[in-house]
Amino acid sequence: MTTPQDVAVADALPALFPTVRQRGRIAIFIRRHPTIVVGGAFLLALLLIAVFAPWLGTVDPTALAPARRTRPPSAQYWFGTDMLGRDVYSRVLFGTRVSLFVGFSVAILASTIGLLIGIIAGFVRPLDTILMRVMDGLMAIPGILLAIALMALTRGSVANVIIAISVSQIPQVARLVRSGVLTLREQPYVEAAIASGTRLPKILWLHVVPNALAPLAVQATFICAAAMITEATLSFLGAGTPPSIPSWGNIMAEGRAIWQVKPYIVFFPAIFLTITVLAVNMLGDGMRDALDPRLAKSI
Amino acid sequence: MALLEIDRLQTHFGTPDGVVRAVEGVSFNIEEGETVAVVGESGCGKSVTAMSILGLVPQPPARIAGAIRFAGRNLLDLPESEMRKLRGNDIGMIFQEPMSSLNPVLMVGRQIGETLRLHQRLSRRAAESRAIELLDLVGIPEARRRVREYPYQLSGGMRQRVMIAIALACNPRLLIADEPTTALDVTIQAQILDLMRDLKHRLGSAIMLITHDLGVVAEMAERVVVMYAGRKVEEAAAGDIFANPQHPYTRGLLGAVPKLGCSLEHSERSTLAEIPGLVPSLRKPIVGCAFAGRCPKATQLCRELAPAVEEKAPHHQVACHFAERKFPT
Repeated sequence: MTTPQDVAVADALPALFPTVRQRGRIAIFIRRHPTIVVGGAFLLALLLIAVFAPWLGTVDPTALAPARRTRPPSAQYWFGTDMLGRDVYSRVLFGTRVSLFVGFSVAILASTIGLLIGIIAGFVRPLDTILMRVMDGLMAIPGILLAIALMALTRGSVANVIIAISVSQIPQVARLVRSGVLTLREQPYVEAAIASGTRLPKILWLHVVPNALAPLAVQATFICAAAMITEATLSFLGAGTPPSIPSWGNIMAEGRAIWQVKPYIVFFPAIFLTITVLAVNMLGDGMRDALDPRLAKSI
Repeated sequence: MALLEIDRLQTHFGTPDGVVRAVEGVSFNIEEGETVAVVGESGCGKSVTAMSILGLVPQPPARIAGAIRFAGRNLLDLPESEMRKLRGNDIGMIFQEPMSSLNPVLMVGRQIGETLRLHQRLSRRAAESRAIELLDLVGIPEARRRVREYPYQLSGGMRQRVMIAIALACNPRLLIADEPTTALDVTIQAQILDLMRDLKHRLGSAIMLITHDLGVVAEMAERVVVMYAGRKVEEAAAGDIFANPQHPYTRGLLGAVPKLGCSLEHSERSTLAEIPGLVPSLRKPIVGCAFAGRCPKATQLCRELAPAVEEKAPHHQVACHFAERKFPT
């Protein structure tokens, strides 16, 4: 047993951080990814508006009332009425359905088809050149022009709008996925999977697709935003959603002729479009930062 | 009959700049349960030999000739579907880079389970409990928790243990370990080698150990195949190689191993020997002995006629014109 004189006692070192109370997982997530939370919240609100449009004090968005046309915003008509006396508030709210539906559908459709093309191009060498040159060809045409051309070939309907916009978005997804697949196929774990006798489809599904998904998810949100703008543009130009369906592009197109005297007809759908696209882009930015920390930048 | 018989294996790659003769007429056998080390410097064809055994060399651009008989069947004649059944089941492989040989987005248990589900048709649940057993077997503590972890949560040594668990999942008769410890630090190397030795005794798999680390050879191997420029230059029991190396290249390799405690400054005897010159290009056919350009003993004979691999002492094959014959009379 040593006597107390022999013992060297270590100095107590000060704590460098004040003790913090344990935060909840949600609080940590909000602090770490504010853009995802804000973008997601806006998008959720818009989604709820789209779903519950009929119960949010709206009237039939296509009901004509020539006697009450071009009324300014008031307690009865929150966003005013248009040239045919239709309630702009109702039309904008119902237009949310079209925009979000087109945006999400195009994001899903273009990502899925682009993923397939990208994987085939990345794995089947003989098809690579052919597929990618076709994609290059599609990319050479500005997306909006391609969509207008495709719409000119078909009847105006929401489904055709979705297909037309998807076609113009697929090449970018295919390129993104292909470049990812080209690096993934050389990964040691893919080689290890081959060495343990795994079949090609399983390798693709288990080792290639999941690793290519993160950049794809980010790209999909940007496609969603671009698709909503393109849809509005097409409708504005009269090449998109048929006029019988209220969409933001249609409302703006109809209000365009008198926007100098009655600016609110254009203003409200434009604000909604801007906020929606901003929300989706914020979500995409936040997701990119969260999924790929190397690209992260603080705002 | 040996478990694996490699008979005059040639693996050549057609490239735009000419043919690379990566493996040129290599023959050796691996018996059931035996550990054979294949040593040689980088680019001497060790890994290509292993890849050729597993049929992982794409043809084209490569062309393979000779025979690789595993349990009597020539693997070079087997269709891809049969090879797929063999890989991971009868022949397991451990790769060089444990850091990148696991899929980062799959839980390790799932990755071990995949091989089991593929070859033994186990259910997902059964595969997971077997994965836990395997992690236990390779000495990973808290296996039950670890199976649900992702590769980034494991250290390099642990990942290599997981790779070993995957390779051993189906009790392969032959385990090919391609530089299993190269990417690890020394203490972890020792642990992994201990583990492999222990598992070999328990499971009885034959091991083909590819390495350029002669320390690893001394620890593990029963027999050693020395390769140079795509050829086998010497083959003998491990003790024999260290005690009585016959080929000048083997001697050079052994001389280039630093010995612990020797001083580079004071004692001439402990100076590291180097092998002068460079490995010949594999793009051109080599006339004569492949090592002739760097060999201190090389003569006109060596430069013109390639020596055959001959048994110069019992169970000791050498490809050198000047190796002494030593047979007990």
